[in-house]
Parts: sequence; structure tokens; C-alpha cells
Amino acid sequence: MALKGLDIFKLTPKTNCKECGTPTCMAFAMKVAQGALTLDKCPHMSPEALAQLGEATAPPMKAITIGAGDKAYTLGGETVLFRHDKTFVSKSLYAVSVCSDCVDKKLPEIAKIDYERISERMFVELVSVEYKGDKAAFVETVKKAQAANRTLILDVKDLDAAKAALEIVKAGKPVLNGANESNYKEMSALAIEAGVALGVGGANLDAIYDTVKALETLGNKNLIIDVGTVSVKAAFANAVQIRRAALKDGDRSFGYPSLVNIAKLASGNAAMQTALASLFTVKYGSIVVLESMNYAQALPLYGLRQNIYTDPQKPMKVEPGIYPINGADENALCATTVDFALTYFIVSGEIERSGIPVNLLISDAGGYSVLTAWAAGKLSASSMAKFIKEQGVEDKIKSRSLIIPGKVAVLKGELEESLPGWKIIVAPGEAVGVVKFLKELTA
Amino acid sequence: MPFKPTPQKFNASIKEVVIGTGDKALTLGGEQVLPLYSFDGEIKNPPKVGVEITDNGPDKNIPGIAAFYAGADTVPDAAAKACSMPGVSFISLALEGADPNGANKSVDDCVALCKAVSDKVTLPLVIQGSGNMEKDKELFPKIAEALQGKNVLLLSAKEENYKPIAVAAVQAYGQKIGAESSVDINLAKQLNVLVSQMGITANSVVMNVGCAVAGYGFEYVASTMERIKGAALVQNDTMLQMPIITPLGTDAWSVKETVVSEEDFPEWGPLEARGVNMEVSTAVAVLAAGSNAVILRHPESIATISKFISDLM
Repeated sequence: MALKGLDIFKLTPKTNCKECGTPTCMAFAMKVAQGALTLDKCPHMSPEALAQLGEATAPPMKAITIGAGDKAYTLGGETVLFRHDKTFVSKSLYAVSVCSDCVDKKLPEIAKIDYERISERMFVELVSVEYKGDKAAFVETVKKAQAANRTLILDVKDLDAAKAALEIVKAGKPVLNGANESNYKEMSALAIEAGVALGVGGANLDAIYDTVKALETLGNKNLIIDVGTVSVKAAFANAVQIRRAALKDGDRSFGYPSLVNIAKLASGNAAMQTALASLFTVKYGSIVVLESMNYAQALPLYGLRQNIYTDPQKPMKVEPGIYPINGADENALCATTVDFALTYFIVSGEIERSGIPVNLLISDAGGYSVLTAWAAGKLSASSMAKFIKEQGVEDKIKSRSLIIPGKVAVLKGELEESLPGWKIIVAPGEAVGVVKFLKELTA
Repeated sequence: MPFKPTPQKFNASIKEVVIGTGDKALTLGGEQVLPLYSFDGEIKNPPKVGVEITDNGPDKNIPGIAAFYAGADTVPDAAAKACSMPGVSFISLALEGADPNGANKSVDDCVALCKAVSDKVTLPLVIQGSGNMEKDKELFPKIAEALQGKNVLLLSAKEENYKPIAVAAVQAYGQKIGAESSVDINLAKQLNVLVSQMGITANSVVMNVGCAVAGYGFEYVASTMERIKGAALVQNDTMLQMPIITPLGTDAWSVKETVVSEEDFPEWGPLEARGVNMEVSTAVAVLAAGSNAVILRHPESIATISKFISDLM
């Protein structure tokens, strides 16, 4: 339960020493209550007070780290149910499920999905290895999967097989997804010994809840909840109810990241895999395990994920630079727009559709749309001129024609002054007119 | 100690809007829980899936679409055939060619086409306008008159042209209208208020709050719809309780991922699969955010989304 500022204040030293960075203990208590500061910022809290407050001011949902080195990821740590309330912090991770029969075929397919979109690398972060009853085959598959250079999920309920696999890959901190109400003690011991996160499942929410409680009593709070594969409806109901219990109703036993295995929920149906992966990306799947991943699925899924996990207070931006489109070379026309990702994607998409080579110049316009950037002074004749100079555009590109967005046609005169030798051309006000405009311009 | 779930069932409900007539008529809205949360309470009318056909006919460049409509050479024939597509609850005719900046088909031609389609289809009909506000203002009242008694949904009336459309379509001819705004809860509400001030009740209005496809600023769509459903159910805001319909076929098939050819981007594979997945992913995301109906183009997307909805009910 969230504590009020006054409750916290009662337990502070009330010395107003300012060492925490706030002017008074009362101000400090208020900030802790809002979640803006953590208790450890005060060096004078008594151990009793810390113990009393620690549990109550802990975040409602734990952040769990899986993987090691450059393949380490944080899951969970969410504070809101809807992104407009604040922001979602840990994006869903995608895994592809492999077993001994299909591992050789699937691993090369997984490796193919690797591209960049708005400064984010898009690839399959995890590989889930499924145990099918044969320990030797499982261990062999785990070894092969390890070579794929991805963080692993060991999808195994058999203790011996889990132990043997962990021996090989525990340094990579895989997820051990295999605890249930009958084996949780032994599985938990294995997971703790290897220092890995433990996946917990069960036939229904009650069973899962009881097992999580039992694991917490054993001192294991490095958990991920498997929402199960009874049915699509049950998996969705579990994912939502688990997250809601933790964030809205303050039930910390469900304050863990979740795992959804849609490889099992929609086996053999690629379009349904996309549907369910999209659902659990927007609603509370921390790890989504798919049967496979191809570009047709990845393009919308990763785009959706990137959208949903943006901070509502920070617009998505593309890096400033020169973007050659349709094989533009040094003789191609130049055009410019703002670095707001949505604008960039729409404009670059329309230019691509036109088939006409264009060098798209993107300057730092604060991540705003065209009119907003202009009104805020982030897109001006001087900012463009500065960008063209700093990027050495005149050395790299011979063309001296620059197309500017129709919405800032007013900049034409100023630009002609600040960029001597350039011909400034005004584009239509909306991106839909770009194809026709470019074709007519170059006809 | 068993887990004690706290179901979120609200006293407020989304308003019901009926489209079409007879035993194939469909009802949008009516639920008292958040989108797709059937575990919190019954979803009275599960979300519906419609198929979009433009006045130029189905896109014959996409093999799966061409195969489905094989033999249906006219738009009314294609619309009739679409009624048999598995998972489809309604037909949506998009009058793209009426746009003055495009083919600029005459109002009379468009009305005649709507009439011909309406005579052939067995499912409820939704008409999407040209996208040009002036043209739609002329077009919709005439269509409303021609299709009197069919209880069609006319998409869409915007803030700039809702008056003549609302008066003719709803008040004179008893049709339903879509109130279209662009991805902003305040604009959506404002238009609903304006429409209601003309004496039009909520059960004649569906909202089209705008869309973007996955990867193209979808976060705005998600948050707009989630906030609308929150206001409608949690705060009982009657001016946001109209059901939401989202046409996304056009957008889904016109972004880079679904336009560039396989020759140019060989690793991306066939264009058709990219389009289907874009429709599916975006449709799921708008349904999860609050849409009561989606309008798609491809038979595979439609079958998938229809099964997706029934799996969750």
C-alpha cells in the first residue's frame, strides 16, 4: 500500500539537514511518497524506520534482470496500467521457441531479423528452448541455441534436464521457466544456485498465486510469471489480472514480469501469432514467445512496440543527418523536414513511393512536428543554414536545390539569403502531395 | 490463500448502435467493461469485423484478394461476394473515386453505385466518403436519401461538415453517422457534443477517432482510445460513450512496409504477407485500445481477427 507523506515524515529524523537535497524533512517525505525520491537518499534514517518503510515504499512491480553482459535486459518495473498515465518502462521482449527437431532450421531464420528503426536495433532478443522429454536432446539443443548469441529461456520442468542445461549456460543468466506447484522447491534451489530468474506457472491464477507466495517465503523474489497456455482467453485474463493486481490493487505477490507462450497458444498459425504478439505487446506481456519470426511479422510488431514504449513526454526522434533515398547520389535533389519520427517516416515513405532520388536532410528540430518546430524556433533559416554548414552538405552534395516543407513556405526568402547559391523550392503542405510534386518537379 | 481478483465492471456502459436491418443487423457497443476484458463481465456485443471495398473494386494486385473476388467483375458483385467472406459482419464501401483531387466521380454516379451495392449485399452496409469535406457534404445526404430504410452507417462527418450530413442522414432518413476526429480525445468529444446539440441521440452516432498503423505514431491512437474508454466507463462521460469504428485497410496497405516491392527489399519477402500482418497487428492494437469495429481488406486478416475476437470472448 502506498504511504502518505505524513506517515513517512513521522519516521524521518526531522532535523532538516538538507543532505538529501531537499530543504526540509517534510519535503523529502512528500517526494518519497510520490516516488520521486528513494529512502536511501536520507543518510540518517534509523534501521527500524527503514525496515518499516522499505516494504511499503518498494515499487509495486519488481524489475527483474535477465541475461548477462550486452545481452542483459530489464523486465517489469512498471508503475502504470496505461501508457498515458506516465510511461511504460520495460519493453516486451520477443523470443522464438526452438526444440531439438527444429533448432537447426530456426536459428538461421532468427538471425536474419536484424535491422535498425529510429535508432533502435530490432532483433529477436531471446531464444526459448523447449524440453520435450529427452534430456540429452534438450542439452544438445541448449548448446546449439547458446551459439545463436541470444539470451536463453529454458522451458523445462524436469529437474535433471534443467540442472544439466544450467551447468552449460548459467553464465549467460537464462530464464529458468519451469516452476509449478509440485516442483517449485527444487527448481527454486536450482535457480538461486545459478543466480537466474525463475519462471513460475500453474493451472490457474490461484495455483500461480500460491506458488509465488511459497517461493517468496523461500526467499526467492527473482521471478517471472508464466501466464499459461490453457487458452487464449485464459492467458489474456491472467496477464491483465496479474498486472492489475500489482499496480492497481497493490498486491505485490503479483508484482513480477510476465511470460506468454504464444508458440503454444496458436501453434501453426502465423497470422494468429502476429495477432497475439501484438495483443501481449500492448497488454502486459514482458516476454512474448513466438513460434517463429519473419520480416512480415517483425515489421509491424517492432514498430508497434516502439510506439507503445515511447515516453509520452518525449517525442520520438530520428538522428540528424543526410538520408539518401531511392539511391540518391551527390547529384540528387535535397529536401528537408523535421526530426520528429512520425513526420520523417511519412515524408521518407512518400519520397520512396515517388521513386525519385532525394537526399533528405534532417536537422535537430527538437523532435517536433513542422509547425511546432517552426513556432518554437527549432526549424528556421538559420538552423538550416547552420546544419548545412556543419554537416558539410555543400562538399558532399553537388545539387543546390533544396525542397522545404509547404507549412514553412515563409522561410523561403530568408533561406535564399542565408544559403547563397541555393534554389529553395516549396513542397506541398501535406505529405500526400509529395509523390505528385516530385514527379512534376523532375519531369 | 487463493487469489482474490477485483473485477472492473462499471455502472456506465458504451451506447448501443444498430446498423442494418433484419436478422443480419449488427449492434456495436453495449459493454460495461474495458476493451476485450470479458473476464471482468460479459461483453454484450463482441467487436465486429468489416471488409472494405473501394469504388474501384478489390485490389487485384494482391493474389489472395484477387483469388477471393475471382469472377466478381463489378463493384456490386464484389460486395455481394464479400458477404460470404468468413468472419465478416458488415461491408464497407469506400468512395475513393469521388475525391475531387482524384477521379472526381459525380455525386449521381456515387449514389447509383451505393444503391447498386446496397441491393446486392446481405450484410449491413457502411459507406466511407471521399475524404474531401466539401464533396462528402454533397454526397452523404443524397446517399442517405437513396438508401432510406437500409439503416446504413455513413463515415464520416467531421467538424467542418457534420451539420448537413447529420440533418439529412439521421434526422431525415434515419441512417447512422460516424463522427470523425483526428486522434485527440478533446476533438472527439467536441464533435459528439456538437452532433448531440442538433438533437441527435447517441444511438445514431459511432465515433471514428482516427488511426495510424503500427510503427507510425500508433501511441497516439492507443492513448486516445484508452482515454476515451476510461472517460466513458470510469467517469460516465456520456459524450464519449459512443462505440468506436476504425477503418484501417487504406492505411495498412499504404506505408513503406506494405508498398515497396520484394525486388527492392528481397529480405522482407512477399508484399502480401507484409500487408496481412500490418492489418492484423494494427487491428489487434486498436481493438485492445477500444475499437468496437475494424474495417480491413484481406480475407486472411479478416479470418484471423474474427477468430481472435471469438477466442477472447
